[in-house]
Amino acid sequence: MNGDPEKIEPELNGGNTVKDKIGRFFITLYDLHRFMLRFFREAFLPPYEFRETIRQSFDVGLKSLSIITLTGFIVGVVFTKQSRTSLLEFGATSWLPSLIAIALMRALAPLVTALIVAGKVGSHIGAELGSMKVTEQIDAMEVSSTNPFKFLVVTRIEATTLMVPILVIYMAFISLLGAYLDVHLNEATSFPAFFQQAFMKINLYDIVSIMIKSAVYGFTVGMAGCYIGYNAQQGTVGVGKSANKSVVVSMFLIFIEEMLLIQVLNYGKQFF
Amino acid sequence: MIKKETPHIDRTETVIELRHLRKSFGALTVLQGIDLDVFRGENVVVLGRSGSGKSVLIKLIVGLLKPDSGSVRVFGEEVPALDTRALQTLRKKIGFSFQGSALYDGMCIKDNLAFPLVRNKRNLSRKQIDQAIEKVLDDVGLAHTVYQMPAELSGGQKKRIGIARTLILEPEIMLYDEPTAGLDPLTSIEINNLINEVQARYKTSSIIITHDLSCAKSTGDRLVMLVDGQFLRQGKFEEVFDTADIRIRGFYNYNFILDN
Repeated sequence: MNGDPEKIEPELNGGNTVKDKIGRFFITLYDLHRFMLRFFREAFLPPYEFRETIRQSFDVGLKSLSIITLTGFIVGVVFTKQSRTSLLEFGATSWLPSLIAIALMRALAPLVTALIVAGKVGSHIGAELGSMKVTEQIDAMEVSSTNPFKFLVVTRIEATTLMVPILVIYMAFISLLGAYLDVHLNEATSFPAFFQQAFMKINLYDIVSIMIKSAVYGFTVGMAGCYIGYNAQQGTVGVGKSANKSVVVSMFLIFIEEMLLIQVLNYGKQFF
Repeated sequence: MIKKETPHIDRTETVIELRHLRKSFGALTVLQGIDLDVFRGENVVVLGRSGSGKSVLIKLIVGLLKPDSGSVRVFGEEVPALDTRALQTLRKKIGFSFQGSALYDGMCIKDNLAFPLVRNKRNLSRKQIDQAIEKVLDDVGLAHTVYQMPAELSGGQKKRIGIARTLILEPEIMLYDEPTAGLDPLTSIEINNLINEVQARYKTSSIIITHDLSCAKSTGDRLVMLVDGQFLRQGKFEEVFDTADIRIRGFYNYNFILDN
Protein backbone atom coordinates (compact mmCIF):
# COMPACT_ATOMS: atom_id res chain seq x y z
CA MET A 1 0.00 0.00 0.00
CA ASN A 2 1.42 3.29 -1.05
CA GLY A 3 0.37 5.47 1.84
CA ASP A 4 2.13 3.41 4.51
CA PRO A 5 1.32 5.90 7.27
CA GLU A 6 1.65 3.17 9.86
CA LYS A 7 5.15 2.12 8.94
CA ILE A 8 6.91 4.07 11.71
CA GLU A 9 5.72 3.75 15.25
CA PRO A 10 4.33 7.14 16.27
CA GLU A 11 6.12 7.01 19.62
CA LEU A 12 9.42 6.98 17.75
CA ASN A 13 8.34 9.42 15.09
CA GLY A 14 8.95 12.68 16.83
CA GLY A 15 11.29 11.67 19.65
CA ASN A 16 14.82 13.01 19.77
CA THR A 17 16.49 10.84 22.38
CA VAL A 18 19.30 8.46 21.43
CA LYS A 19 16.92 5.55 21.91
CA ASP A 20 14.42 7.08 19.48
CA LYS A 21 17.13 7.76 16.92
CA ILE A 22 18.44 4.20 17.11
CA GLY A 23 14.88 2.94 16.86
CA ARG A 24 14.24 5.08 13.78
CA PHE A 25 17.50 3.92 12.17
CA PHE A 26 16.54 0.25 12.48
CA ILE A 27 12.99 0.90 11.32
CA THR A 28 14.39 2.68 8.25
CA LEU A 29 16.76 -0.24 7.60
CA TYR A 30 13.89 -2.69 7.83
CA ASP A 31 11.75 -0.51 5.58
CA LEU A 32 14.56 -0.20 3.03
CA HIS A 33 14.99 -3.95 3.08
CA ARG A 34 11.25 -4.35 2.30
CA PHE A 35 11.51 -1.72 -0.42
CA MET A 36 14.39 -3.59 -2.04
CA LEU A 37 12.61 -6.94 -1.87
CA ARG A 38 9.57 -5.34 -3.41
CA PHE A 39 11.74 -3.97 -6.22
CA PHE A 40 13.05 -7.45 -7.11
CA ARG A 41 9.56 -8.93 -6.91
CA GLU A 42 7.97 -6.24 -9.07
CA ALA A 43 10.87 -6.16 -11.54
CA PHE A 44 10.45 -9.81 -12.46
CA LEU A 45 6.67 -10.06 -12.38
CA PRO A 46 4.55 -8.95 -15.37
CA PRO A 47 3.27 -6.58 -16.64
CA TYR A 48 6.58 -4.99 -17.63
CA GLU A 49 6.98 -1.28 -18.23
CA PHE A 50 9.58 -1.57 -21.04
CA ARG A 51 8.61 1.67 -22.71
CA GLU A 52 8.96 3.68 -19.49
CA THR A 53 12.28 1.98 -18.68
CA ILE A 54 13.62 2.95 -22.11
CA ARG A 55 12.35 6.51 -21.64
CA GLN A 56 13.97 6.73 -18.22
CA SER A 57 17.24 5.23 -19.52
CA PHE A 58 17.30 7.81 -22.29
CA ASP A 59 16.63 10.50 -19.71
CA VAL A 60 19.39 9.30 -17.36
CA GLY A 61 21.90 9.07 -20.19
CA LEU A 62 21.01 12.37 -21.77
CA LYS A 63 20.98 14.27 -18.49
CA SER A 64 24.49 13.18 -17.60
CA LEU A 65 26.10 13.13 -21.05
CA SER A 66 27.40 16.69 -21.28
CA ILE A 67 28.84 16.85 -17.78
CA ILE A 68 30.39 13.39 -18.13
CA THR A 69 32.00 14.40 -21.42
CA LEU A 70 33.48 17.53 -19.91
CA THR A 71 34.57 15.90 -16.65
CA GLY A 72 35.94 12.84 -18.41
CA PHE A 73 38.06 14.89 -20.76
CA ILE A 74 39.44 17.05 -17.94
CA VAL A 75 40.15 14.03 -15.73
CA GLY A 76 42.10 12.42 -18.61
CA VAL A 77 44.20 15.52 -19.28
CA VAL A 78 44.85 16.39 -15.63
CA PHE A 79 45.65 12.84 -14.59
CA THR A 80 48.12 12.49 -17.44
CA LYS A 81 49.84 15.77 -16.55
CA GLN A 82 50.09 14.81 -12.89
CA SER A 83 51.38 11.31 -13.63
CA ARG A 84 54.01 12.50 -16.10
CA THR A 85 56.03 14.40 -13.48
CA SER A 86 56.33 11.28 -11.31
CA LEU A 87 57.16 8.98 -14.20
CA LEU A 88 59.74 11.43 -15.57
CA GLU A 89 61.87 10.93 -12.44
CA PHE A 90 62.27 7.27 -13.43
CA GLY A 91 62.45 7.97 -17.16
CA ALA A 92 59.34 5.89 -17.57
CA THR A 93 56.99 8.19 -19.47
CA SER A 94 56.46 5.43 -22.02
CA TRP A 95 54.35 3.72 -19.34
CA LEU A 96 51.92 6.61 -19.29
CA PRO A 97 49.24 5.06 -21.55
CA SER A 98 49.13 1.82 -19.54
CA LEU A 99 49.16 3.61 -16.20
CA ILE A 100 46.40 5.97 -17.24
CA ALA A 101 44.27 3.20 -18.74
CA ILE A 102 44.54 1.09 -15.59
CA ALA A 103 43.76 3.98 -13.27
CA LEU A 104 40.90 5.26 -15.39
CA MET A 105 39.27 1.97 -16.22
CA ARG A 106 39.62 0.30 -12.84
CA ALA A 107 39.00 3.19 -10.49
CA LEU A 108 38.44 6.70 -11.77
CA ALA A 109 35.85 6.26 -14.51
CA PRO A 110 33.40 4.13 -12.47
CA LEU A 111 33.76 6.26 -9.35
CA VAL A 112 33.60 9.69 -11.01
CA THR A 113 30.72 8.65 -13.26
CA ALA A 114 28.78 7.24 -10.33
CA LEU A 115 29.29 10.42 -8.33
CA ILE A 116 28.18 12.58 -11.25
CA VAL A 117 25.08 10.45 -11.81
CA ALA A 118 24.35 10.59 -8.06
CA GLY A 119 24.48 14.37 -8.15
CA LYS A 120 22.67 14.87 -11.42
CA VAL A 121 20.19 11.99 -11.62
CA GLY A 122 19.89 10.93 -7.96
CA SER A 123 18.81 14.40 -6.89
CA HIS A 124 16.36 14.57 -9.79
CA ILE A 125 14.79 11.23 -8.88
CA GLY A 126 14.56 12.21 -5.20
CA ALA A 127 12.96 15.56 -5.99
CA GLU A 128 10.63 14.24 -8.69
CA LEU A 129 9.26 11.35 -6.66
CA GLY A 130 9.16 13.51 -3.53
CA SER A 131 7.13 16.11 -5.35
CA MET A 132 4.81 13.44 -6.76
CA LYS A 133 4.34 12.04 -3.27
CA VAL A 134 3.47 15.31 -1.55
CA THR A 135 1.12 16.42 -4.35
CA GLU A 136 -0.71 13.08 -4.23
CA GLN A 137 0.29 12.15 -7.79
CA ILE A 138 1.47 8.75 -6.57
CA ASP A 139 -1.89 8.18 -4.88
CA ALA A 140 -3.62 9.31 -8.09
CA MET A 141 -1.67 6.69 -10.02
CA GLU A 142 -2.60 4.04 -7.51
CA VAL A 143 -6.31 4.79 -7.57
CA SER A 144 -6.33 4.74 -11.36
CA SER A 145 -5.38 1.05 -11.13
CA THR A 146 -1.74 1.59 -12.04
CA ASN A 147 1.00 0.16 -9.89
CA PRO A 148 3.03 3.31 -9.08
CA PHE A 149 5.89 1.29 -7.64
CA LYS A 150 6.37 -0.55 -10.90
CA PHE A 151 5.88 2.50 -13.07
CA LEU A 152 7.95 4.99 -11.07
CA VAL A 153 10.41 3.04 -8.94
CA VAL A 154 11.22 -0.13 -10.88
CA THR A 155 11.73 1.70 -14.17
CA ARG A 156 14.03 4.32 -12.63
CA ILE A 157 16.19 1.80 -10.78
CA GLU A 158 16.43 -0.34 -13.92
CA ALA A 159 17.38 2.74 -15.94
CA THR A 160 20.20 3.82 -13.61
CA THR A 161 21.46 0.23 -13.28
CA LEU A 162 21.58 -0.13 -17.07
CA MET A 163 22.87 3.31 -17.93
CA VAL A 164 25.70 3.82 -15.43
CA PRO A 165 27.84 1.00 -16.97
CA ILE A 166 27.31 2.52 -20.42
CA LEU A 167 28.20 5.98 -19.12
CA VAL A 168 31.30 4.56 -17.42
CA ILE A 169 32.54 3.07 -20.70
CA TYR A 170 31.81 6.37 -22.41
CA MET A 171 33.64 8.33 -19.73
CA ALA A 172 36.64 6.00 -19.85
CA PHE A 173 36.81 6.50 -23.61
CA ILE A 174 36.56 10.30 -23.36
CA SER A 175 39.16 10.36 -20.56
CA LEU A 176 41.52 8.27 -22.68
CA LEU A 177 40.99 10.69 -25.54
CA GLY A 178 41.95 13.56 -23.21
CA ALA A 179 44.97 11.60 -22.03
CA TYR A 180 45.95 10.78 -25.62
CA LEU A 181 45.79 14.46 -26.57
CA ASP A 182 48.18 15.36 -23.78
CA VAL A 183 50.51 12.42 -24.47
CA HIS A 184 50.48 13.19 -28.19
CA LEU A 185 51.40 16.83 -27.61
CA ASN A 186 54.24 15.98 -25.23
CA GLU A 187 55.59 12.61 -26.35
CA ALA A 188 54.40 12.64 -29.98
CA THR A 189 52.80 9.22 -29.55
CA SER A 190 50.50 8.15 -32.38
CA PHE A 191 46.84 7.30 -31.82
CA PRO A 192 47.16 3.54 -32.54
CA ALA A 193 50.33 3.24 -30.45
CA PHE A 194 48.70 5.01 -27.49
CA PHE A 195 45.61 2.80 -27.48
CA GLN A 196 47.62 -0.37 -28.12
CA GLN A 197 49.73 0.40 -25.07
CA ALA A 198 46.77 1.53 -23.04
CA PHE A 199 44.86 -1.70 -23.50
CA MET A 200 47.88 -3.94 -23.07
CA LYS A 201 47.33 -4.15 -19.33
CA ILE A 202 43.52 -4.27 -19.45
CA ASN A 203 42.02 -7.74 -19.60
CA LEU A 204 38.54 -9.20 -19.74
CA TYR A 205 38.36 -9.48 -15.95
CA ASP A 206 38.90 -5.74 -15.67
CA ILE A 207 36.06 -5.07 -18.07
CA VAL A 208 33.74 -7.48 -16.25
CA SER A 209 34.60 -6.01 -12.85
CA ILE A 210 34.04 -2.45 -14.16
CA MET A 211 30.62 -3.50 -15.42
CA ILE A 212 29.74 -5.13 -12.08
CA LYS A 213 30.93 -2.14 -10.10
CA SER A 214 29.11 0.34 -12.33
CA ALA A 215 25.89 -1.63 -12.22
CA VAL A 216 26.07 -1.73 -8.40
CA TYR A 217 26.64 2.05 -8.30
CA GLY A 218 23.77 2.65 -10.71
CA PHE A 219 21.49 0.44 -8.64
CA THR A 220 22.54 2.35 -5.51
CA VAL A 221 21.81 5.76 -7.03
CA GLY A 222 18.40 4.62 -8.29
CA MET A 223 17.49 2.83 -5.08
CA ALA A 224 18.52 5.71 -2.80
CA GLY A 225 16.72 8.34 -4.91
CA CYS A 226 13.57 6.27 -5.26
CA TYR A 227 13.40 5.17 -1.63
CA ILE A 228 13.92 8.66 -0.27
CA GLY A 229 11.62 10.35 -2.81
CA TYR A 230 8.88 7.73 -2.50
CA ASN A 231 8.81 8.21 1.26
CA ALA A 232 9.02 12.02 1.23
CA GLN A 233 6.98 13.90 3.81
CA GLN A 234 6.41 17.45 5.04
CA GLY A 235 5.25 19.16 1.84
CA THR A 236 7.61 21.22 -0.27
CA VAL A 237 10.27 21.19 2.45
CA GLY A 238 10.25 17.41 2.14
CA VAL A 239 10.91 17.66 -1.61
CA GLY A 240 14.07 19.71 -1.06
CA LYS A 241 15.17 17.36 1.69
CA SER A 242 14.57 14.35 -0.56
CA ALA A 243 16.72 15.78 -3.34
CA ASN A 244 19.52 16.63 -0.95
CA LYS A 245 19.35 13.39 1.00
CA SER A 246 19.34 11.30 -2.20
CA VAL A 247 22.68 12.77 -3.26
CA VAL A 248 24.31 12.53 0.15
CA VAL A 249 23.16 8.96 0.81
CA SER A 250 24.07 7.81 -2.73
CA MET A 251 27.59 9.25 -2.53
CA PHE A 252 28.15 7.85 0.93
CA LEU A 253 27.05 4.39 -0.16
CA ILE A 254 29.11 4.55 -3.37
CA PHE A 255 32.30 5.21 -1.39
CA ILE A 256 31.55 2.34 0.98
CA GLU A 257 30.76 0.05 -1.93
CA GLU A 258 33.99 1.09 -3.67
CA MET A 259 35.97 -0.01 -0.64
CA LEU A 260 34.14 -3.32 -0.35
CA LEU A 261 34.02 -4.11 -4.06
CA ILE A 262 37.70 -3.47 -4.60
CA GLN A 263 38.49 -6.08 -1.94
CA VAL A 264 36.09 -8.62 -3.41
CA LEU A 265 37.10 -8.04 -7.03
CA ASN A 266 40.83 -8.09 -6.28
CA TYR A 267 40.34 -11.33 -4.39
CA GLY A 268 38.36 -12.74 -7.30
CA LYS A 269 41.10 -11.82 -9.77
CA GLN A 270 43.45 -14.57 -8.56
CA PHE A 271 40.93 -17.20 -9.67
CA PHE A 272 40.51 -15.68 -13.11
CA MET B 1 -26.33 28.24 -11.07
CA ILE B 2 -27.86 25.46 -13.16
CA LYS B 3 -30.65 23.72 -11.28
CA LYS B 4 -29.75 20.19 -10.27
CA GLU B 5 -31.76 17.57 -12.15
CA THR B 6 -33.73 15.17 -10.02
CA PRO B 7 -31.42 12.17 -9.85
CA HIS B 8 -32.55 8.60 -10.27
CA ILE B 9 -31.56 7.03 -6.97
CA ASP B 10 -32.00 3.29 -6.63
CA ARG B 11 -32.43 2.77 -2.89
CA THR B 12 -32.50 -0.99 -3.30
CA GLU B 13 -28.85 -1.10 -4.34
CA THR B 14 -26.09 -0.01 -1.94
CA VAL B 15 -22.83 0.68 -3.72
CA ILE B 16 -20.82 1.73 -0.65
CA GLU B 17 -21.46 0.33 2.78
CA LEU B 18 -19.46 1.40 5.84
CA ARG B 19 -19.97 -0.25 9.21
CA HIS B 20 -18.43 0.64 12.58
CA LEU B 21 -15.43 2.14 10.80
CA ARG B 22 -12.54 3.24 13.01
CA LYS B 23 -9.24 4.79 12.10
CA SER B 24 -6.46 6.27 14.24
CA PHE B 25 -3.02 7.68 13.54
CA GLY B 26 -0.98 6.98 16.64
CA ALA B 27 -2.77 8.54 19.58
CA LEU B 28 -5.07 10.59 17.33
CA THR B 29 -8.42 8.93 16.67
CA VAL B 30 -9.83 10.27 13.44
CA LEU B 31 -12.88 8.13 12.79
CA GLN B 32 -14.71 6.39 15.59
CA GLY B 33 -17.53 4.16 14.47
CA ILE B 34 -18.74 5.43 11.11
CA ASP B 35 -21.80 3.86 9.47
CA LEU B 36 -22.87 4.94 5.99
CA ASP B 37 -24.75 3.57 2.99
CA VAL B 38 -24.47 5.19 -0.42
CA PHE B 39 -27.13 4.14 -2.91
CA ARG B 40 -26.75 3.83 -6.67
CA GLY B 41 -27.13 7.22 -8.35
CA GLU B 42 -26.91 9.19 -5.12
CA ASN B 43 -24.64 12.13 -4.29
CA VAL B 44 -23.73 12.04 -0.61
CA VAL B 45 -21.96 15.08 0.81
CA VAL B 46 -19.75 14.62 3.87
CA LEU B 47 -19.48 17.95 5.66
CA GLY B 48 -17.01 18.72 8.37
CA ARG B 49 -14.25 20.98 9.55
CA SER B 50 -10.70 20.72 8.23
CA GLY B 51 -8.87 17.88 9.91
CA SER B 52 -12.06 16.10 10.92
CA GLY B 53 -11.16 12.97 8.94
CA LYS B 54 -13.25 13.52 5.81
CA SER B 55 -10.42 12.77 3.40
CA VAL B 56 -9.37 9.76 5.46
CA LEU B 57 -12.88 8.40 4.97
CA ILE B 58 -12.70 8.34 1.17
CA LYS B 59 -9.10 7.08 1.22
CA LEU B 60 -10.38 4.12 3.23
CA ILE B 61 -13.08 3.52 0.63
CA VAL B 62 -10.62 3.43 -2.23
CA GLY B 63 -8.10 1.31 -0.29
CA LEU B 64 -5.36 3.93 0.04
CA LEU B 65 -5.58 3.46 3.81
CA LYS B 66 -6.60 0.49 5.92
CA PRO B 67 -9.08 0.82 8.76
CA ASP B 68 -8.21 -0.19 12.31
CA SER B 69 -11.54 -1.96 12.55
CA GLY B 70 -14.93 -2.04 10.90
CA SER B 71 -16.08 -2.87 7.42
CA VAL B 72 -15.69 -1.06 4.07
CA ARG B 73 -17.72 -2.71 1.35
CA VAL B 74 -17.81 -1.40 -2.21
CA PHE B 75 -20.10 -3.24 -4.63
CA GLY B 76 -20.32 -5.91 -1.96
CA GLU B 77 -16.55 -6.45 -1.78
CA GLU B 78 -14.69 -5.99 1.48
CA VAL B 79 -12.00 -3.49 0.39
CA PRO B 80 -9.35 -4.07 3.12
CA ALA B 81 -9.42 -7.81 2.43
CA LEU B 82 -8.80 -7.53 -1.31
CA ASP B 83 -5.43 -8.51 -2.78
CA THR B 84 -3.59 -6.08 -5.07
CA ARG B 85 -5.08 -7.45 -8.29
CA ALA B 86 -8.66 -7.49 -7.00
CA LEU B 87 -8.21 -3.99 -5.60
CA GLN B 88 -6.97 -2.73 -8.96
CA THR B 89 -9.98 -4.27 -10.68
CA LEU B 90 -12.33 -2.63 -8.18
CA ARG B 91 -10.60 0.74 -8.53
CA LYS B 92 -11.46 0.80 -12.24
CA LYS B 93 -15.04 1.41 -11.12
CA ILE B 94 -14.07 4.23 -8.76
CA GLY B 95 -13.01 7.72 -9.76
CA PHE B 96 -11.08 9.80 -7.24
CA SER B 97 -10.81 13.56 -7.66
CA PHE B 98 -8.00 14.85 -5.44
CA GLN B 99 -8.07 18.11 -3.52
CA GLY B 100 -4.96 19.38 -5.32
CA SER B 101 -6.04 17.77 -8.63
CA ALA B 102 -2.87 15.58 -8.58
CA LEU B 103 -2.24 16.00 -12.30
CA TYR B 104 1.04 14.44 -13.45
CA ASP B 105 3.03 17.59 -13.99
CA GLY B 106 5.58 15.94 -16.26
CA MET B 107 2.87 15.11 -18.81
CA CYS B 108 0.68 17.31 -21.00
CA ILE B 109 -3.09 17.16 -20.53
CA LYS B 110 -3.51 14.65 -23.32
CA ASP B 111 -0.99 12.28 -21.73
CA ASN B 112 -2.55 12.82 -18.30
CA LEU B 113 -5.90 11.70 -19.69
CA ALA B 114 -4.45 8.87 -21.77
CA PHE B 115 -2.50 7.46 -18.82
CA PRO B 116 -5.31 5.58 -17.00
CA LEU B 117 -6.87 4.55 -20.30
CA VAL B 118 -3.71 3.04 -21.79
CA ARG B 119 -2.99 1.15 -18.59
CA ASN B 120 -6.48 -0.20 -18.01
CA LYS B 121 -7.77 -0.79 -21.54
CA ARG B 122 -4.73 -2.10 -23.34
CA ASN B 123 -6.65 -3.22 -26.44
CA LEU B 124 -7.72 0.31 -27.42
CA SER B 125 -6.36 1.78 -30.67
CA ARG B 126 -4.68 5.20 -30.79
CA LYS B 127 -7.76 6.57 -32.53
CA GLN B 128 -10.11 5.27 -29.83
CA ILE B 129 -7.92 6.78 -27.13
CA ASP B 130 -7.91 10.15 -28.91
CA GLN B 131 -11.70 10.02 -29.27
CA ALA B 132 -12.15 9.22 -25.56
CA ILE B 133 -9.87 12.13 -24.61
CA GLU B 134 -11.75 14.48 -26.93
CA LYS B 135 -15.11 13.41 -25.47
CA VAL B 136 -14.12 13.75 -21.86
CA LEU B 137 -12.47 17.13 -22.47
CA ASP B 138 -15.67 18.29 -24.18
CA ASP B 139 -17.65 17.09 -21.17
CA VAL B 140 -15.61 19.27 -18.82
CA GLY B 141 -15.49 22.16 -21.30
CA LEU B 142 -11.73 22.26 -21.76
CA ALA B 143 -11.15 20.88 -25.26
CA HIS B 144 -8.63 23.65 -26.02
CA THR B 145 -6.21 22.58 -23.28
CA VAL B 146 -5.30 19.24 -24.81
CA TYR B 147 -1.63 20.04 -25.49
CA GLN B 148 -1.10 22.31 -22.49
CA MET B 149 0.92 21.38 -19.43
CA PRO B 150 -0.76 21.30 -15.98
CA ALA B 151 1.37 24.25 -14.83
CA GLU B 152 -0.27 26.41 -17.52
CA LEU B 153 -3.79 25.85 -16.15
CA SER B 154 -5.73 27.74 -13.51
CA GLY B 155 -6.88 26.06 -10.27
CA GLY B 156 -10.41 25.55 -11.59
CA GLN B 157 -9.15 24.13 -14.89
CA LYS B 158 -6.90 21.72 -13.03
CA LYS B 159 -9.87 20.50 -10.98
CA ARG B 160 -11.86 19.95 -14.17
CA ILE B 161 -9.01 18.04 -15.82
CA GLY B 162 -8.59 16.00 -12.63
CA ILE B 163 -12.27 15.07 -12.84
CA ALA B 164 -11.93 14.38 -16.57
CA ARG B 165 -9.04 12.00 -15.89
CA THR B 166 -11.22 9.95 -13.60
CA LEU B 167 -14.22 10.09 -15.94
CA ILE B 168 -12.27 8.66 -18.84
CA LEU B 169 -12.56 5.20 -17.28
CA GLU B 170 -16.34 5.74 -16.93
CA PRO B 171 -16.46 4.97 -13.20
CA GLU B 172 -19.62 4.00 -11.37
CA ILE B 173 -18.56 5.77 -8.18
CA MET B 174 -16.98 9.23 -7.90
CA LEU B 175 -15.15 10.39 -4.79
CA TYR B 176 -14.52 14.13 -4.68
CA ASP B 177 -12.04 15.43 -2.11
CA GLU B 178 -12.76 19.13 -1.45
CA PRO B 179 -13.72 19.91 -5.07
CA THR B 180 -14.13 23.65 -4.47
CA ALA B 181 -11.29 24.26 -2.01
CA GLY B 182 -9.17 27.24 -2.98
CA LEU B 183 -11.45 28.35 -5.83
CA ASP B 184 -13.24 31.68 -6.27
CA PRO B 185 -17.05 31.63 -5.87
CA LEU B 186 -17.79 31.63 -9.61
CA THR B 187 -15.37 28.82 -10.37
CA SER B 188 -16.81 26.93 -7.40
CA ILE B 189 -20.26 27.18 -8.96
CA GLU B 190 -18.85 25.84 -12.25
CA ILE B 191 -17.34 22.88 -10.41
CA ASN B 192 -20.63 22.25 -8.56
CA ASN B 193 -22.46 22.25 -11.87
CA LEU B 194 -19.89 19.87 -13.30
CA ILE B 195 -20.41 17.46 -10.39
CA ASN B 196 -24.15 17.50 -11.07
CA GLU B 197 -23.59 17.03 -14.80
CA VAL B 198 -21.32 14.06 -14.12
CA GLN B 199 -24.01 12.51 -11.93
CA ALA B 200 -26.64 13.00 -14.64
CA ARG B 201 -24.53 12.02 -17.64
CA TYR B 202 -22.41 9.19 -16.24
CA LYS B 203 -25.04 7.90 -13.75
CA THR B 204 -22.47 7.91 -10.98
CA SER B 205 -22.91 7.53 -7.24
CA SER B 206 -20.69 10.00 -5.41
CA ILE B 207 -19.26 10.99 -2.09
CA ILE B 208 -18.36 14.66 -2.00
CA ILE B 209 -16.06 15.74 0.80
CA THR B 210 -16.33 19.43 1.53
CA HIS B 211 -16.58 22.15 4.11
CA ASP B 212 -18.20 24.50 1.59
CA LEU B 213 -21.93 24.81 2.31
CA SER B 214 -22.83 26.12 -1.15
CA CYS B 215 -21.14 23.08 -2.68
CA ALA B 216 -22.95 20.82 -0.21
CA LYS B 217 -26.30 22.43 -0.92
CA SER B 218 -26.05 22.42 -4.70
CA THR B 219 -24.56 18.94 -5.23
CA GLY B 220 -25.81 16.78 -2.36
CA ASP B 221 -28.87 14.57 -2.45
CA ARG B 222 -28.06 13.76 1.16
CA LEU B 223 -25.72 15.37 3.65
CA VAL B 224 -23.89 13.81 6.55
CA MET B 225 -22.19 15.93 9.17
CA LEU B 226 -18.88 14.61 10.49
CA VAL B 227 -17.96 15.94 13.92
CA ASP B 228 -15.34 14.47 16.27
CA GLY B 229 -14.96 11.35 14.15
CA GLN B 230 -18.67 10.53 14.13
CA PHE B 231 -21.64 11.29 11.91
CA LEU B 232 -23.84 13.60 13.98
CA ARG B 233 -26.73 14.10 11.60
CA GLN B 234 -27.76 13.17 8.11
CA GLY B 235 -30.53 14.07 5.73
CA LYS B 236 -31.33 16.83 3.27
CA PHE B 237 -29.54 20.16 3.66
CA GLU B 238 -32.37 21.83 5.58
CA GLU B 239 -32.92 18.79 7.78
CA VAL B 240 -29.27 18.62 8.81
CA PHE B 241 -29.12 22.26 9.89
CA ASP B 242 -32.55 22.30 11.51
CA THR B 243 -31.07 21.63 14.92
CA ALA B 244 -30.06 23.43 18.08
CA ASP B 245 -26.79 21.47 18.30
CA ILE B 246 -24.17 24.18 18.65
CA ARG B 247 -21.54 22.13 16.78
CA ILE B 248 -23.76 22.06 13.67
CA ARG B 249 -25.28 25.53 14.03
CA GLY B 250 -21.81 26.98 14.56
CA PHE B 251 -20.56 25.39 11.35
CA TYR B 252 -23.56 26.77 9.45
CA ASN B 253 -23.27 30.26 10.89
CA TYR B 254 -19.56 30.45 10.20
CA ASN B 255 -20.09 29.54 6.55
CA PHE B 256 -23.03 31.91 6.34
CA ILE B 257 -20.88 34.79 7.59
CA LEU B 258 -18.15 33.89 5.07
CA ASP B 259 -20.62 33.68 2.17
CA ASN B 260 -22.09 37.07 2.99
